[in-house]
Amino acid sequence: MVIAKAGLRTFLSKKAFLGLLLISWAPFFVRAVQVYAAANFPQARQLLDVKAETFRQFLDQQNIWVFFITVYVGAGLIANDRRANALQLYLSKPLTRAEYVLGKLAILGTFLLLVTWVPAIVLLILQVMFAGNLTFVKANLYLFPAITLFSFVQVLTVSAAMLALSSLSTSSRFVGILYTALIFFTTALWGVLAFALGLQHAEAGAGRPGVSWISPSADLAQVGDAIFRVPLRYDSPWLLSLVMIILLVAVSGLVLERRVRGVEIVA
Amino acid sequence: MPDPAHTTNPAAAGGSGAVVKLDAVTVQYGRNQALRDVTAAFGAGAVGLLGPNGAGKSTMLKALLGFIVPARGQMAVLGLDVAKAPLEIRARVGYMPESDSHIPGMNAVSFVGYCGELAGLPRVDAMQRAHEVLFYVGLGEARYRNVETYSTGMKQRIKLAQALVHDPDLLFLDEPTNGMDPKGRDEMLELVRDLSQHKGVNLILSSHLLPDVEYTCDQVVVMDKGRIAAQGPIASLKQARGRVYELRVKTATGALEPFLERMRAAGMTSQATDEDVMRVFVPGEGGARDLFALAAAEHVQVRHLRPSVPTLEDVFATAVGEE
Repeated sequence: MVIAKAGLRTFLSKKAFLGLLLISWAPFFVRAVQVYAAANFPQARQLLDVKAETFRQFLDQQNIWVFFITVYVGAGLIANDRRANALQLYLSKPLTRAEYVLGKLAILGTFLLLVTWVPAIVLLILQVMFAGNLTFVKANLYLFPAITLFSFVQVLTVSAAMLALSSLSTSSRFVGILYTALIFFTTALWGVLAFALGLQHAEAGAGRPGVSWISPSADLAQVGDAIFRVPLRYDSPWLLSLVMIILLVAVSGLVLERRVRGVEIVA
Repeated sequence: MPDPAHTTNPAAAGGSGAVVKLDAVTVQYGRNQALRDVTAAFGAGAVGLLGPNGAGKSTMLKALLGFIVPARGQMAVLGLDVAKAPLEIRARVGYMPESDSHIPGMNAVSFVGYCGELAGLPRVDAMQRAHEVLFYVGLGEARYRNVETYSTGMKQRIKLAQALVHDPDLLFLDEPTNGMDPKGRDEMLELVRDLSQHKGVNLILSSHLLPDVEYTCDQVVVMDKGRIAAQGPIASLKQARGRVYELRVKTATGALEPFLERMRAAGMTSQATDEDVMRVFVPGEGGARDLFALAAAEHVQVRHLRPSVPTLEDVFATAVGEE
């Protein structure tokens, strides 16, 4: 808790970061207007009707802000501590390595939830308030758990991966570049493989196994579609995407276990 | 030179009153044994952990903090088993690391207060203690500056401050005067002395600088190549069972080795110094007469002979086998 609180205070004191948080809520305000219009203007409802997919689309839109906040907040979380040799200070206090990692995870996770789960739930609440009834929520009871589950899966995956990368370096800039490169590289690899295997036009359910599971971004999107019960956008089975996400989190955990130590031993 | 095997500290023999105990501890880095079957006891008060670079001093401190798990052996700090109660130990211990170390992006007050919170203090208490210890270590005026702008000496002081903020029962100080100018070094040593003599804090000071250890500590553990070479109260280790002399000789042939051989055969040990004299330890009741007799037998002129007071350097030199 101490690490998390101190980290949150540090970032919230930075004007540039507050600006980024504010801008990341812009899509929320647009959606809020949509929800208001759909609830109060029957003519608007034809074009701007609020459905379950609306919330899935909103969370999709927030991916870009998830990326920026992950790089801004997460890249230096452990890298800066390693550069300043702070790990031996932390671990000389009554603090386990797990508590240190969880504290850092809580910092990044909190800010990511602030741009995913919080605005999505507030949108749901706004829908009820503007409609003046619970009809929509009752018809889509799964929405609240779906928003919660997907947001937490996304936040956990992204946070674990970024923290693991941050623990590999003493330069936050390098970690940010590495994270960006990995995302783009895996997406590019997926595209190349799909082209090479003639799968670029394969649709979900066509019966041919796709290769979108190579890209963590695509895996998260696939699992999100499954959670929200919308048609899957890629041709890979969503269970395979889930396995890849679990693997990514597990590997990140292993990396953190090896790298977060009070003393670095060079054999 | 004083007998390195001579120990008078009952804690060294495993007696009660030891704040730190090691029992047959071996630490390995790959194939390299940094600590080899070390058995030692550190009593209450100020204990110096002395040894050349690579002796295993820092490794010992890091093992006691739980950073390194030994391949064999057991360790206890303040009566608690290091393997079973590492968090309880760290709550009562303050650690001043050798290398430059801080939490990035903080000023001194925030940094030390944060360390206090990490050690379990409530935030308000931690901040109050932070101010107190920063004034105590001489950083009161600079406490609102970013730590990254500090000089080397200031960084050493702030490392001490963060180790003290939670009022520990035991301090591990690893090379506390590292990189400090002479004035800063003296001030740091005064702080360390004040902590052990007036504040009642037990401390283990790890250093390769004999004057630092001699000035601040009552007991010493001398390490060399991963082993304990000598341990006990400094006063009794220096109390040679014999006499120490400063000696300068001139040989007819210019070769000193035959004379040194004769001295060794007579049970005497010698150590070269920076100046043009040797320090010679004559055991038992022997004295200057024995030296003159040996010199005469080897046709060596004695140009300078003066009784000397045994120093910690003599203890150290004998313990690590310097000649």
